[in-house]
Amino acid sequence: MCGCKEKKSDLSLISGILDEYAKVPGSLITILQKAQEVYGYLPVDVIYHIAEATGNSPAKVLGVATFYTQFRLQPVGKYLIMLCQGTACHVNGSERILAAISENLGIKNGETTEDGLFTLSSVACLGCCSLSPVMMINGETYGTLTPDKALTILKELREKAEKEAQA
Amino acid sequence: MKRIIVGEGSCGIAAGAAKVYSALEPLVSGDKSIHLGITGCIGMCYLEPIVDIYEDDTLLQRLVLVSENDAPAVAQAVKSGDLSGVEHLFIKDEDKEFLSKQTRIALRNCGIVDPTDIHDYEKRGGYEGLKKVLGSMTPEEVIEVIKTSGLAGRGGAGFPTWFKWNAARNSKSKSGAKYLICNADEGDPGAFMDRAVIESDPHNLIEGMMIGAYAIGATEAVVYVRAEYPLAIKRLESAIKEARANGMLGKNICGSDFSCDMRIKAGAGAFVCGEETALIASLEGQRGMPRLKPPFPAQAGYNSEPSNINNVETFANVPWILVNGGEKFAAMGTENSKGTKVFAVTGKVRKGGLVEVPMGMTLRDVIFGIAGGIRDGKQCKAVQLGGPSGGCIPYELFDTVIDYKALTATGAIMGSGGMVVMDENTCMVGIAKFFLDFTTKESCGKCVPCRIGTKRLCEILTRIVEGNGKEGDVELLEELCNAVKDSSLCGLGQTAPNPVLTTIRYFRDEYDAHIRDKKCPAHECAALLHYHIDEEKCKGCTLCARKCPAKAIDGTAKNPHTIRQDACIKCGQCFAACRFGAVTVE
Repeated sequence: MCGCKEKKSDLSLISGILDEYAKVPGSLITILQKAQEVYGYLPVDVIYHIAEATGNSPAKVLGVATFYTQFRLQPVGKYLIMLCQGTACHVNGSERILAAISENLGIKNGETTEDGLFTLSSVACLGCCSLSPVMMINGETYGTLTPDKALTILKELREKAEKEAQA
Repeated sequence: MKRIIVGEGSCGIAAGAAKVYSALEPLVSGDKSIHLGITGCIGMCYLEPIVDIYEDDTLLQRLVLVSENDAPAVAQAVKSGDLSGVEHLFIKDEDKEFLSKQTRIALRNCGIVDPTDIHDYEKRGGYEGLKKVLGSMTPEEVIEVIKTSGLAGRGGAGFPTWFKWNAARNSKSKSGAKYLICNADEGDPGAFMDRAVIESDPHNLIEGMMIGAYAIGATEAVVYVRAEYPLAIKRLESAIKEARANGMLGKNICGSDFSCDMRIKAGAGAFVCGEETALIASLEGQRGMPRLKPPFPAQAGYNSEPSNINNVETFANVPWILVNGGEKFAAMGTENSKGTKVFAVTGKVRKGGLVEVPMGMTLRDVIFGIAGGIRDGKQCKAVQLGGPSGGCIPYELFDTVIDYKALTATGAIMGSGGMVVMDENTCMVGIAKFFLDFTTKESCGKCVPCRIGTKRLCEILTRIVEGNGKEGDVELLEELCNAVKDSSLCGLGQTAPNPVLTTIRYFRDEYDAHIRDKKCPAHECAALLHYHIDEEKCKGCTLCARKCPAKAIDGTAKNPHTIRQDACIKCGQCFAACRFGAVTVE
């Protein structure tokens, strides 16, 4: 045994979701989406639990979870930076933004900072191409970025988080 | 009644429209003579946030690039009836042409109606098409009108819509169920017209889909939307509820015998799900992998029952066609491409946004006539059409007309409507690598040519942009491209080589410059750049040396500096920092 099942997530948090969807054919993606909303990611023991409840093998559930970019198997930071790498953003210099953020936070694409504040994730296209380069952080979109502007936004978020922690 | 309408599409909100709205709200909330509302995407993304001032239904003035700080002046101007106080925000005549040169059918209500109010849509003739169809037409007659119109699939392939509808109609269902599916999995990076339609005019999509559902005899309709479009999902959800409450969805629609309900399925992020059979697999909760056709979805689609899949923009044209007649739609365009097409014009253009034009216009008309040409006085190099499945068309061919056949002849495709314009500073080898990097990641892995072929293509392109290209690499790329094209299972692999093939076809000299001279003519590929300091121009201000993260710049104050090439990491910070133009790049 790899021991990965030993993680203890509170499985009762998704019992309502499973009651509603577990027996509805074709709902696996919906269940995973809703479970991710609850936990912020998909813990391995939750995947096993969903497999059991839906009558699927864990391999099948994990297969679906790893196929789609939306699903995460690791926890994310307080702020999820979705940096657009679409065509328009690429043409307008999104790689420089990625490099600046990576250097500033000391993390690569897909990683989370040690303090658990930021996760950096480059995404295909956010559909705000006229404002490129663009990033979305926790649902809010920031456009016409420059490396400096992106770092200022991160600095503001860090200060905001520190204030919240003090309060 | 005076109305202040704020454009709240995703682009507008990102530019600050929601803040403008919040700033206006307390200023006008006490005034019963003023209505503050929202609309969707006006399409002039480069002027967002946009605030329109109406007297009833007459647009008095369009204010552009409005910030929340302008809110008091805007509120005051509307209250007093004297708009001169906000004259500096008035849209310029030149910018008015951005819309006046367009012909809007799919986007006809975008930026005008309130997407959260079905009655606003009905005031503009909404649901008339559906009422007409259910009240006086047979499904066969509906299909005939669509056939006359010449409407073709706007998702990219350009397959005749009537043909698909007819096939689904004539296909027998085992259980009695038939499905109408809308493909709103707009995965092409650089295209956002489907998002704009759903966010701005969701009832138009619902109406178009219900007409289609009636034509094929569907029992259920599903909209497969990208999860990256939360606002589109939210607006469509609320529109579906409204439509149901108003008898436009559900049992006995408009009092007829026809019943059909609709639901949304949020995608989970996979470009390949734009392919019909992969989309169906995803709807069924599986990994979104395509399968061989036949059987076609019209015969055995979702849940193995007859299914018809069309793109958002295709459906958005349908209500207009049913109200105005197929002939009127077919009167626009060219011999083999009828009606209009929406493009998301972005990249290095001055005026980026959504443009809907009749087929038959030239690329030049759109990029220079409407989008204002290239910004910063740069030279236009090419336009990329059709995203990862499309290709780059060089400036010399900008007189090509927008037409399925003419665009395919260039090696590109019409595609779903992404139009990314590039200038002299865009490296064409870099663009090819960018797209192959994308398709390599998005390849589902089912078939070998696509899974391994795109990876090998990407590796060769990577070594070229990194300065390690070898003589014969271009020929190798071409050979591999043709193999991937010919032998991949689905459209993703079959079209993935297009960006490589078109850039080789039109920009072979750039490939050669990378491989033979180890130079990037566009000055974009970092590994091939060389930074120098011009001794004559350098004042010895030391700024570059202080900025250099690699400490590769030597020199003392007031004396010319030099860059040690072996230590230089080519980050370009010295180039950006120098105030005397002394740092040069080649």
